[in-house]
Amino acid sequence: MTTTPTETPAERAADLQDERLVRTEGVRGAVLAFRQRVRGGDLGSLPVVIGLIVICVIFQILNPNFLSANNLVNLTLQCAAVGTISIGIVLVLLLGQIDLSVGSVSGLAAAILGVGMTQLHWPIIVAVIVALVVGAAIGYLYGLLFTRFGVPSFVITLAGLLAFLGLQLKVLGPAGSINLPYDSWIVQFATSAFLPPWAAYALAFIAAAALFFGDIRRSSRRRKAGLSTGALSVTLIKAIALLVVLFAAVAYLATDRGLGASFLLFVLLVVIMNFFLTRTRWGRSVFAVGGSVEAARRAGIRVNRVYITVFILCSSFAALGGLLASARLTSASLSSGGGDTNLNAIASAVIGGTSLFGGRGSAYSALLGILVIQSISSGLTLLNLDSSIRYMITGAVLLLAVIIDSLSRRSRASHGQA
Amino acid sequence: MTMQSAVAEPTSTTREPVLSLKKVSKGFGAVRALTDIDLDIYPGEVVAIVGDNGAGKSTLVKILAGVHPQDSGTISFDGQVVSIPTPTASRALGIATVFQDLALCDNLDVVSNLFLGREIVRGISMDEEEMEQRSWTLLRQLSAKIPSVRIAVASLSGGQRQTVAIARSLIGEPSVVILDEPTAALGVAQTAEVLNLVERLRERGLGVLLISHNMADVQAVADRVVVLRLGRNNGDFHVADVSYEEIISAITGATDNVVTRRASAHAVQAAADNAAAAPVEAPIAEAEAVAAPSAGSVTEALPNNATGIDADSEENR
Repeated sequence: MTTTPTETPAERAADLQDERLVRTEGVRGAVLAFRQRVRGGDLGSLPVVIGLIVICVIFQILNPNFLSANNLVNLTLQCAAVGTISIGIVLVLLLGQIDLSVGSVSGLAAAILGVGMTQLHWPIIVAVIVALVVGAAIGYLYGLLFTRFGVPSFVITLAGLLAFLGLQLKVLGPAGSINLPYDSWIVQFATSAFLPPWAAYALAFIAAAALFFGDIRRSSRRRKAGLSTGALSVTLIKAIALLVVLFAAVAYLATDRGLGASFLLFVLLVVIMNFFLTRTRWGRSVFAVGGSVEAARRAGIRVNRVYITVFILCSSFAALGGLLASARLTSASLSSGGGDTNLNAIASAVIGGTSLFGGRGSAYSALLGILVIQSISSGLTLLNLDSSIRYMITGAVLLLAVIIDSLSRRSRASHGQA
Repeated sequence: MTMQSAVAEPTSTTREPVLSLKKVSKGFGAVRALTDIDLDIYPGEVVAIVGDNGAGKSTLVKILAGVHPQDSGTISFDGQVVSIPTPTASRALGIATVFQDLALCDNLDVVSNLFLGREIVRGISMDEEEMEQRSWTLLRQLSAKIPSVRIAVASLSGGQRQTVAIARSLIGEPSVVILDEPTAALGVAQTAEVLNLVERLRERGLGVLLISHNMADVQAVADRVVVLRLGRNNGDFHVADVSYEEIISAITGATDNVVTRRASAHAVQAAADNAAAAPVEAPIAEAEAVAAPSAGSVTEALPNNATGIDADSEENR
């Protein structure tokens, strides 16, 4: 709709001079470009957003409590732990690798926290740091095994799953279950720390403003570099839409307890990882290694270093997730990190749109994926369906996500973009 | 910068070679892959290296790219004797190698691929605008036909991918570019594009080392042809004053005299086209069109000169 001010063909932006480029501008252009991308198989987070809406509508029809503020606040609190683990899974999936041991590592971290706090009487912060360092060390070990011996990560982490489950049991000792003191700050943080509404509104405003000014700044830099810039109207609409959505969410959650601190921590971690993945050289090298190891190596990227850092991050996120989970449940037990933790973490990364084949995905898939999984779980719990059904449905959703991933990959291939 | 046409016979005797190899040898176990190779590359010159399979072309490329160091002999770069122990050392010297399989990341866009491993950073984040602008400048200089640098490399054609790979080699401001079979997998039009690109590299004053099986390409862009045979220098010709048959006979190992040149020319005809009756110009042109396969079959037909001539004389009777 809007046209950029100076517009003779000779002084077009450097990236728009090719006459083959179909060129549309403004809001209409943005919408058209989006439609084209989706048709070309670059689905991004579209399927999962649609899926999330469908899930919400279905459960709301079946049980009107589903979208109640109380249930949504619980939902966000439930998301934080496994969601944090899932960020690490996104990273290893981007390299085309896998970590099957995140559940055991998170359980081990929980055990270290429990034993450190209650039996060894460490200050909480020391227990937390020890747990995180153990997580990082496990990741470093995986990275060394993978880069030195070339053992597939599938096998290394499968071995790790068993070994660290054993270590978790060993650390917990004969008691098998340790209750965390309810008044400790870490338990308070995970269970009953909520942002006051004004702080939540302020954060929402800061997020929208950051989006807006980030775009404006990029536009001005691009203009200075003689490149095309997005229309101001699109930037403005994006920022306002974000602001409205966040304000609405905050306002609705505030009718109950509000925005949970642990969920906020999780979202912040997602945003930070997204920055590192998309804006730094390290992130670029992660995508490059996931796309083609040989090409990355020949381009001078230290491939082994990339693998090792990613494995370290993945296990550290797993440990952090384990700490959050045990703090929320106020206990560290034999079942910490057991059950479906592993599979939910991997499933949410994949459902969120990170490709199993490496090189495609985003940190936000951890957030979107865990919302889907926890919505299903929470909805089925509200319907009094037991976990047998929940497992089956979650399995079906995971299968669907993988099928969408494979189909969109094929569609990219047929549109010449694989 | 001077357009050095193939007619300029003595290739810059006054100038210093940018890259010079003296008596370079390389063995793998019992196999002598390269023996006493001499090679000079001058700035603004395209040197084609031709030879049969197993002639040592790839080994030579790998030595220059820092994949394997040579066993003996010296490599001088800008007059200084250097050693090239690693790929990084090769790049740091200013030798850029474009391997046959291009080594691009399909999932990344053109800008990311061009600057992969050499991203421009501002603070801790990458300076995307600067990189995109430089990409356009570079691609324009090469007259590359790439519609957008923000599309994944996967969606480019073979020639465009080759262009990206060559452009990437130029990011580090090299003085020598090594192209390993740049036209092997390309169609007619894309081949022409890549050959144009090679000429533009020469115009920029770079030394270009072109490895190719395709004699038509070699004759189209190279200033000089260096022939390797069984790991040894077997001829160094100016493209302007050498015929196709002379190059072929050097590749196949017929020593450079009138009799064997005749024999090899006959053998080329026989191998390329048995039905071709008239031993004059036309079949040669045909053989030229299918240069690579015919060159391959000629070696097998000519394990030594004696049998080659025998077979020939029998046919002539």
